[in-house]
Amino acid sequence: MGPGSRGARARRAAWWRRWRRSAAESWRVFAESRIGPAGLVVIGLFALMALLHPLLMGRVWDPAVYDPVTGYDPYLPQHPAPPSAAHLLGTDPLGRDVLSQLMYSARAEFLLGVVSALISVVIGTLVGTAAALFGGWVDLFFMRLADLVLLFPFIALLLLLSAVYEMGLLELAVLIGVLSGFGGITIVIKSQALAVVVRPYVEAARLVGGSPWWVLRRHVVPNVMPLSFLYMMFNVTSAILSEATLSFFGLLNVRTSWGLMIHTAEAGGYLLAFDRYWWLWLPPGLAITLLCAAFYLVGRGMEEVVNPRLRKR
Amino acid sequence: MASFLAHRLVQAVITLLVFMTVTFVIIQAIPGDVTRLYLSHPRIPPEVRQAMAERLGLNRPLAAQYLLYLRNVLTGNLGVSFSRYPTPVWDLVAERLPRTVTLFLTATLLSFWVGFTLGRQLAWRRGSWLDYAATGVGVSLWTAFYPLVALVLMWAFAFRAGWLPLNQFVDPELWRRAPVDANHVFQRLLGNFALAAGVLAAVLWLTGREMTAGAGRLVVRLSGAVAVVAASLAWWQQSGLARFAWDIVRHMVLPVLALTLISFGGVMLLMRDAMLETLREDYVLAARARGLPERVVRDRYAARNALLPVVTSLTLGIGGVASGGIVTETLFSWPGVGQLLLESALSQDYPLVLGAFTFTGIFLILAHVVADLLHAVLDPRLRVRGGEVGAGE
Repeated sequence: MGPGSRGARARRAAWWRRWRRSAAESWRVFAESRIGPAGLVVIGLFALMALLHPLLMGRVWDPAVYDPVTGYDPYLPQHPAPPSAAHLLGTDPLGRDVLSQLMYSARAEFLLGVVSALISVVIGTLVGTAAALFGGWVDLFFMRLADLVLLFPFIALLLLLSAVYEMGLLELAVLIGVLSGFGGITIVIKSQALAVVVRPYVEAARLVGGSPWWVLRRHVVPNVMPLSFLYMMFNVTSAILSEATLSFFGLLNVRTSWGLMIHTAEAGGYLLAFDRYWWLWLPPGLAITLLCAAFYLVGRGMEEVVNPRLRKR
Repeated sequence: MASFLAHRLVQAVITLLVFMTVTFVIIQAIPGDVTRLYLSHPRIPPEVRQAMAERLGLNRPLAAQYLLYLRNVLTGNLGVSFSRYPTPVWDLVAERLPRTVTLFLTATLLSFWVGFTLGRQLAWRRGSWLDYAATGVGVSLWTAFYPLVALVLMWAFAFRAGWLPLNQFVDPELWRRAPVDANHVFQRLLGNFALAAGVLAAVLWLTGREMTAGAGRLVVRLSGAVAVVAASLAWWQQSGLARFAWDIVRHMVLPVLALTLISFGGVMLLMRDAMLETLREDYVLAARARGLPERVVRDRYAARNALLPVVTSLTLGIGGVASGGIVTETLFSWPGVGQLLLESALSQDYPLVLGAFTFTGIFLILAHVVADLLHAVLDPRLRVRGGEVGAGE
């Protein structure tokens, strides 16, 4: 049965129609939650910021003045300078443009969030479904491991590791992804998968001689996918917050990030004059909070789709 | 219940072993061996390095090193700090552990109580302005950048208003002529709180059993509370340490407040969701149909059953609160194990990092066991596996 045969094509078209219908239905519930679309809009704004930065850098902004890491404005008498027409959000204690740093960092935060969330979801889904399907020792081992990971404070472990190794953004993203993948996500996915593996079609697939790997891929994983995506959203929030905290304490080797911007302001002693130097802490602080809240809200919106019990009746 | 306890303890011991193994692997993964780090440190004489290699058994096979490491941790033999040479790591950790535990417990209990009470109200009045406002505040506090929240608190309450001290554990100006050290007073404070809480709990329990609800019981309870507080105050006054105790308490307010603020949001949102589900249950409808007062329906029927997932989340949230604790202690320069961990990480004081890390882990595993037991007391279904259904109550 080749992929081009008429039967296969018709089946695929039917599947596609079903998928579109269920996607439209899901979107309706998601849109009705109101918080979900609100989160999406905020994420879109930040993505726009991240994309605009390289464009602005080449055409509008002079790299010598506006570079987020090495820029310096020699025409201003003193730094940090308050917002002006040249620097819409002022400059930091080292004479760099705050808006440029803010936009440049957005890209790094997206990279971090998406990489760590993807890793954690792939691990969590595979391990969780495998634990549900095989049970026994596999199950026991991974569940105890998840307990341990859950119990342990991220920050403490990251502190230990950042003391021992030089850690950059990508290393951190992989680390957070792996850690949270073996943690809470595994448990949630497993409990969902347990409800899937007892369904008749899984049994039927096994009876006709499907290998465990095939059953897993074809029947179990697709059914826990919505839940995986949900946890991906929550994981982005925790990844961004962890990065910001570590950067704030100056423990990461990153070019710029929102946490590092606040670290720079704090190291210069400007943070206890909150009202006088508001442009040093408010933009990055607000950016962290908004982006994290946005991913969280999208997650909550998706939760209403995935878990019908939450809907208002 | 006993077999449940035994089961849990065995699990905790295994978790502890896994945890220590992971730590050992991290140490092993450091390029070179641990003594190389000692070698490059200007404050450590070479003899110490030799003695260290001897004690860690670095010339022996890996398995022997592992066993030795386990023994060293269990006997509190964690080596000597680089940055505070020659203070043993164990002394530094032991001095600070009670403070961290206190901060952790106070903030956890407070955020649980606040989150539970607020979440109950929100679910009860779903769709009101209070629901939207509190959910908004909860989400933003939960996703806010925590160091910034703490700094704003410091700025508002300490820097601008001057009501509370900015940071530190005590005021050095006041303590210069103090007859005893801060830890002494702190331990007395802890003892005092434990005793007062115990007496109050006893009063509540006794009056709950012996008296019927009403004005009389309230008077007895209130006078009991007043008596306990008065007795504590009188004791501190006669000991002549009241000023110092007050100083410690004042320094604790902001860290506890900050940690509570970021943790209660999660509890509140979860309580709201859990209670929205129990409110749809038939037994709540039945309670209403019987004409029970709204308060009774809310507190005794809906809220009690919504409590279980919240307690579960409390168990799962232990790590989060501990992470917050590390940040809190550092921001407020409040000398606990968390601050020690961060400081030693920044100054690359490896023995101290490992010591603080190990004890954070051990403390959290114990906290996990306690939370599990609490859960089992609340939820009889968990004890069924132990074969003694309902034996606890």
